[in-house]
Amino acid sequence: MENEKSLQIRNVIQNNIKQRGHRADRLMPVVFLMLASISIFTTAGIVLILVTDSIHFFSDVPIKDFFSTRLAPLNAKNPEFGILPLINGTLFTSLIAMAVAIPVGLTAAIFLSEFASEKIRRVVKPIMEVLAGIPTIVYGFFAYSFVTPILMTLIPNLGAKNVISPGIVMGIMIIPMVASLSEDAMSSVPKAMREGAYGLGSTKLEVTLKVVIPAAISGILASFVLAISRAIGETMIVAIASGSSKNFTFDLTQSMQTMTGYIVEFTSGDAASGTTGYYSLYAVGLLLFLFTMLMNLVAQYVSRKFREEY
Amino acid sequence: MNSHPIDIKINPKHTNRRIWLSSASKYLFSLSTVFALVVLGVLIYRIVSDSIGWLNFDFLTNNLSIFPEKAGIKGAIIGSVGLMLVVIPVTLILGVSTAIYLEEYAKKGKLQRFIQINISNLASVPSVIFGLLGLAVFGRALNLGSSILAGGLTLSLLVLPIVVVSSQEALKAVPGFLREASYGMGAGKWTTIRKVVLPVALPGILTGSILAMSRAIGETAPLVVLGIPTLILKIPSSPMDDFTALPIQIYYWTLDTVLTAEYANLAAATIIVLLGVLFILNSVAIVIRNKFQRSF
Amino acid sequence: MNQQHKSETVYEVKGLNLWYGDDQALKDINLKIGKNEVTAIIGPSGCGKSTFIKTLNRMIENIPIVRTSGEILYHGDNIFDKTVRVEELRTKVGMVFQKPNPFPKSIFENVVYGPKIHGIKDKALLMEIAETSLKSAALWDEVKDRLNDNAYGLSGGQQQRLCIARALAVQPDVILMDEPTSALDPIATAKIEELIDTLKEEYTIAIVTHSMQQAGRISDKTAFFLMGELIEFDRTEVLFSNPRDKRTEDYITGRFG
Repeated sequence: MENEKSLQIRNVIQNNIKQRGHRADRLMPVVFLMLASISIFTTAGIVLILVTDSIHFFSDVPIKDFFSTRLAPLNAKNPEFGILPLINGTLFTSLIAMAVAIPVGLTAAIFLSEFASEKIRRVVKPIMEVLAGIPTIVYGFFAYSFVTPILMTLIPNLGAKNVISPGIVMGIMIIPMVASLSEDAMSSVPKAMREGAYGLGSTKLEVTLKVVIPAAISGILASFVLAISRAIGETMIVAIASGSSKNFTFDLTQSMQTMTGYIVEFTSGDAASGTTGYYSLYAVGLLLFLFTMLMNLVAQYVSRKFREEY
Repeated sequence: MNSHPIDIKINPKHTNRRIWLSSASKYLFSLSTVFALVVLGVLIYRIVSDSIGWLNFDFLTNNLSIFPEKAGIKGAIIGSVGLMLVVIPVTLILGVSTAIYLEEYAKKGKLQRFIQINISNLASVPSVIFGLLGLAVFGRALNLGSSILAGGLTLSLLVLPIVVVSSQEALKAVPGFLREASYGMGAGKWTTIRKVVLPVALPGILTGSILAMSRAIGETAPLVVLGIPTLILKIPSSPMDDFTALPIQIYYWTLDTVLTAEYANLAAATIIVLLGVLFILNSVAIVIRNKFQRSF
Repeated sequence: MNQQHKSETVYEVKGLNLWYGDDQALKDINLKIGKNEVTAIIGPSGCGKSTFIKTLNRMIENIPIVRTSGEILYHGDNIFDKTVRVEELRTKVGMVFQKPNPFPKSIFENVVYGPKIHGIKDKALLMEIAETSLKSAALWDEVKDRLNDNAYGLSGGQQQRLCIARALAVQPDVILMDEPTSALDPIATAKIEELIDTLKEEYTIAIVTHSMQQAGRISDKTAFFLMGELIEFDRTEVLFSNPRDKRTEDYITGRFG
């Protein structure tokens, strides 16, 4: 380009830079910070709403009555808001789910990380992802219309709504989560540790049980805790298949309501704003929130506490 | 200490047993993956066989009805589409902006760590709690009731962490030398983000966002908490209208099987439609990931 | 070459110090770069030569923990002055990096990236700029039929020349090159060196290089850095044939580095 033209272009560019100013570069960080703080407001909003509406609730219902076994929110004359039946329901469905998810998830992780060939891994992992991606409402339908009828032929007296069936299906739903988190933990165990054990003549099983799992134990335990948190918070499967019985019972063949099930049932019914019943949703929600947060903290603690330094 | 060398006798039978045990355990462990596979197969078989004869064109285009033979999911489809029309722009704007702030602008420090921890905590809050938040804030305080807008905003907050985290990953994967090249030309930060970083990160951002959408479209609990009415015969025509959506319809029909067994078929047919949508969304995500994601 | 140009000073570095956190990476650097000169900067890895060249257009400030003191005068104005805007400085002082770093866009879009972001919208003018810049970078004949192809389809050497064209498109008067041939094969390297030789007719060039042969072939002056200090700075033939400092001699005779 002739020097003159090149000078011209340079002048245009310099002028543009001088005129345009830094505005975008000063403005955009502020805009993005504002939008990013929405996530903080969301958390703050959750906590605030749960706490304030729970305060409303506890001004109507003494804490002693909240931690009781009598639950009858819709009783017009004498509504009762004991949460223990709900905690029971949550506890038992989650325990059954863990009894399924932990052994199956962990052995699947062991198989995928230590035994399976690359080929099998490439088939199995997407299947796990599909299982993890199925909406929980679908699992709910599956539990209620398929698993329960089968169980009813095996277990006499099993109710159409019961704790066992949703527990099992919830466990199936959580298998991929346990499997993939545990597998991540196991496959990050350095190869050298395995080779050391093989060099001493160990079999694959011995290496897995005595070297890999102990080394990966923090990640594995954390995956269990997160699975519990997931089970406690799971809603649709239990809302459909374990029903809405508010009795305080230990009979797993019968209906029990979970905390999440209570929220879903009560709100989709007639929870008029400002009633004690409406506020009870938030008291139950607060407890649920605290439980899951606690589990997350435990999971973080576990994975930090037992972390092996490789 | 005994100075004699220790005499270790290895019993060959014992060794054989160890080897046998190890190879046997492989099959034992593989059973768990077989179990997962079988469950998936049974689940899909069961739902497909339940829906046969019910899933047809009329089912997709008919309105709801109290007669199972006449019922269709046109309203639920429109409701789900409406929800996505709210969720997509809201989560993209909020999620990508949050990711840009965290990855490009925030100084490594307390505020950045605080937002980051907050997002990972938000991701593990049960979805039903988001329903309570939506009920109190959008439903009652902002008086949006159980409209598409209220539902969409609630779901947006629910899947926000997924979009943020996947967008962060996508931005992190943009190599520093491209940013350097842009700064070297006298580009400012925002210009560099807009012209260089975002275009390169876009496939990753889209993949993550589509996965978030597929989470949102199957989500039921928060919508139920908002108080979506059980039977809506009117097709929604504005974001302020009441609505029903695919998962809601599955929920109510499943509950109604107590009354009429045919409702199970309707629920199964709706599930097939929902799973079909999820399959398409995931396929698109995979195609984008494989086709447009470059490695430098 | 025009003698009066030779005497004009583009850069004058006065007492420049630079720290990464608490580690001092540059210690009291003083040197002058004259117009239309090629200045080579040599020294062993970690001697601060890359840091130094990135200070000349303040790219080094992208690392948050960097602090500087001293002055760098560019045509008499201190570039660290509050009124100086790095955007403006960097359009006058272009940069080419170690590894070719074209954008994942078309060849054309790569070249006109600078003019476009700085507000030139006219299509015909952009095309003209692209053509001249690519010609100046000796790449035009190889790419003129495929300007809309993705830049990553080019070979490494072509990519690096594209990056040079991209830097030229905003009409700078200085080009900083940070080991521009370290990722290239000998043939591509030779082409870049040839190009540098023609570019110095119009531009002032500072080039960091790992190879003393390269410095000897292409530069008018050479600066030798060692552990953050400028040990020796002289006309290239003088520095290589008759170094004043023992450490320079050790380095150029291959005793270390």
